[in-house]
Amino acid sequence: MAADLRLPAPRKRSTDLPKEQGKHLVAPGDVITTDSGFMRGHGTYMDDEKLVASVAGVVERVNKLICVRPLKTRFNGEVGDVVVGRITEVQQKRWKVETNSRLDSVLLLSSVNLPGGELRRRSSEDELAMREYLQEGDLISAEVQSVFADGALSLHTRSLKYGKLGQGVLVQVSPSLIKRRKTHFHNLTCGASIILGNNGYVWIYPTPTEQNEEAGGFVTNTEPVPLSDREVISRLRNCILALSMHKMLLYDTSILYSYESAFHHQIKDILKPEIMEEIIEETRRRILEQEG
Amino acid sequence: YLHVALLFWQQVILCHCTLDDLRVDGRSCEDYRYVEVETDVVSNTSGSARVKLGHTDILVGIKAEIGRPKLDRPNKGCLEFFVDCSANATPEFEGRGGEELGTEIANALYRVYDNERSVDLKSLCITPMEHCWILYTDVLLLQCDGNLFDAISLAIKAALLTPSKIPKVQMMEDEEGTTEIELSDDPFDCVRLNTENVPCIVTLCKIGQRHVVDATLQEKACSVASLLVSVTSKGTITCVRKIGGGSLDPESIYEMIETGKRVGKALHAPLQDILNKEESLGKSREKVGFIG
Repeated sequence: MAADLRLPAPRKRSTDLPKEQGKHLVAPGDVITTDSGFMRGHGTYMDDEKLVASVAGVVERVNKLICVRPLKTRFNGEVGDVVVGRITEVQQKRWKVETNSRLDSVLLLSSVNLPGGELRRRSSEDELAMREYLQEGDLISAEVQSVFADGALSLHTRSLKYGKLGQGVLVQVSPSLIKRRKTHFHNLTCGASIILGNNGYVWIYPTPTEQNEEAGGFVTNTEPVPLSDREVISRLRNCILALSMHKMLLYDTSILYSYESAFHHQIKDILKPEIMEEIIEETRRRILEQEG
Repeated sequence: YLHVALLFWQQVILCHCTLDDLRVDGRSCEDYRYVEVETDVVSNTSGSARVKLGHTDILVGIKAEIGRPKLDRPNKGCLEFFVDCSANATPEFEGRGGEELGTEIANALYRVYDNERSVDLKSLCITPMEHCWILYTDVLLLQCDGNLFDAISLAIKAALLTPSKIPKVQMMEDEEGTTEIELSDDPFDCVRLNTENVPCIVTLCKIGQRHVVDATLQEKACSVASLLVSVTSKGTITCVRKIGGGSLDPESIYEMIETGKRVGKALHAPLQDILNKEESLGKSREKVGFIG
């Protein structure tokens, strides 16, 4: 129980990382090119005929257009992205959702499945009862339906896999750490499920059983989650935090590998720097091995 | 302050978690996160310390200046507190936003530290009624991630424990009866404060049926009320204070005080150890400071 006090350790520079081949990384102020034949894209500006980066990130070139994709950024949504968000406001016919983007996203009443999976026109009664479906502070998973001209996102939950989230734990990481995959919903073999929102919000929850899956996500049970499940969830949470602190991409394999390497450690110890380093080291090695 | 919108179900899981002594991050109810302590970080102070507890980041600087003793205690020195809430910590502190929290913390610190039982104030007196040392203690909140009081108290104790540069002075009286302050010629001839009884603060947050120490922001958002208990290294309680709007019943207050006493007493020895270790390393230790 004794408190763990320590002297701060100087930050290490990881030198033994595998060199990313062909990645052009820049810092703000770095000259990207002096060739005037290129077009200026996002994250760049012209200075004395030179193209200079205004953010730290990776240079991306499409024909004549050069842009810099920032490493640390808010969420720039694209159609089809899976997001986890929090309702901040209930308005007429729409909910406002906080999704880690620059502007709050909207979820229209017409783009949700009503409780019980009912398919019908939305009446004015539904409009009055909106707060009964989703109220301020609720967490939802959704998909980006379209992007408005100002960059705000329009979401939809018209599938049974989306909707209101029940009991679980939310972890917030940088959106650039979420690896784009075919699916962002995973039932991990370790006994918990996970939603990796493209916006950097990760939802960890106990794997649902058959019976409570049917309610369409609007009825949540308040039954206490068994201790064994919560241990798995806590361990996963700490592993995801560890991965994000070491700037490792998050996807099912990396999470599972880190979970396995963290398995013989105590849950609370995972967040201690020296143990975290050990876990990440092993995860990294296993990912490299697997990729060949 | 620091409003964290929490999903109700997330609260439920947090409450269930505390029941079984397993918190979301895997700690038990009486576990602290690991603490990083570094002293002597600001060169032009008499003593300074920086404490990191999770993402909570506190900088404390103590400057000794000669002043006039307070009228009600003519033969004692005194401590002055000022708490500055940096807008870097959270946007809510911008402008005058952090003032209320700052005064609340400062008032609590006066209650805990500015008395004879905690600090040997008599040794700070130079001549009764006329001159004494005033220890101006400035607390800077650089980042907030819950449990500010405990981190601040650790930082204050660390700053007081380090070889404080309070020079030895003597009062000389010449023939005409005017007094003059004479400073010792040797710059290393300093007074070291007796810090045996300087207490540490333990904040206990009531969540559901249980109470936890070192609550994170999320956990704090779930608690209705918390109790500050300041404990010396001998286990003496010097101050108890309730913060937060909710109410606590006498029985749980008693339990919380008992926990606070046990946890607080165990906090002093590791702090002393780490400071001794830091002092023994002396100049050979690589300073981390703010960039590392």
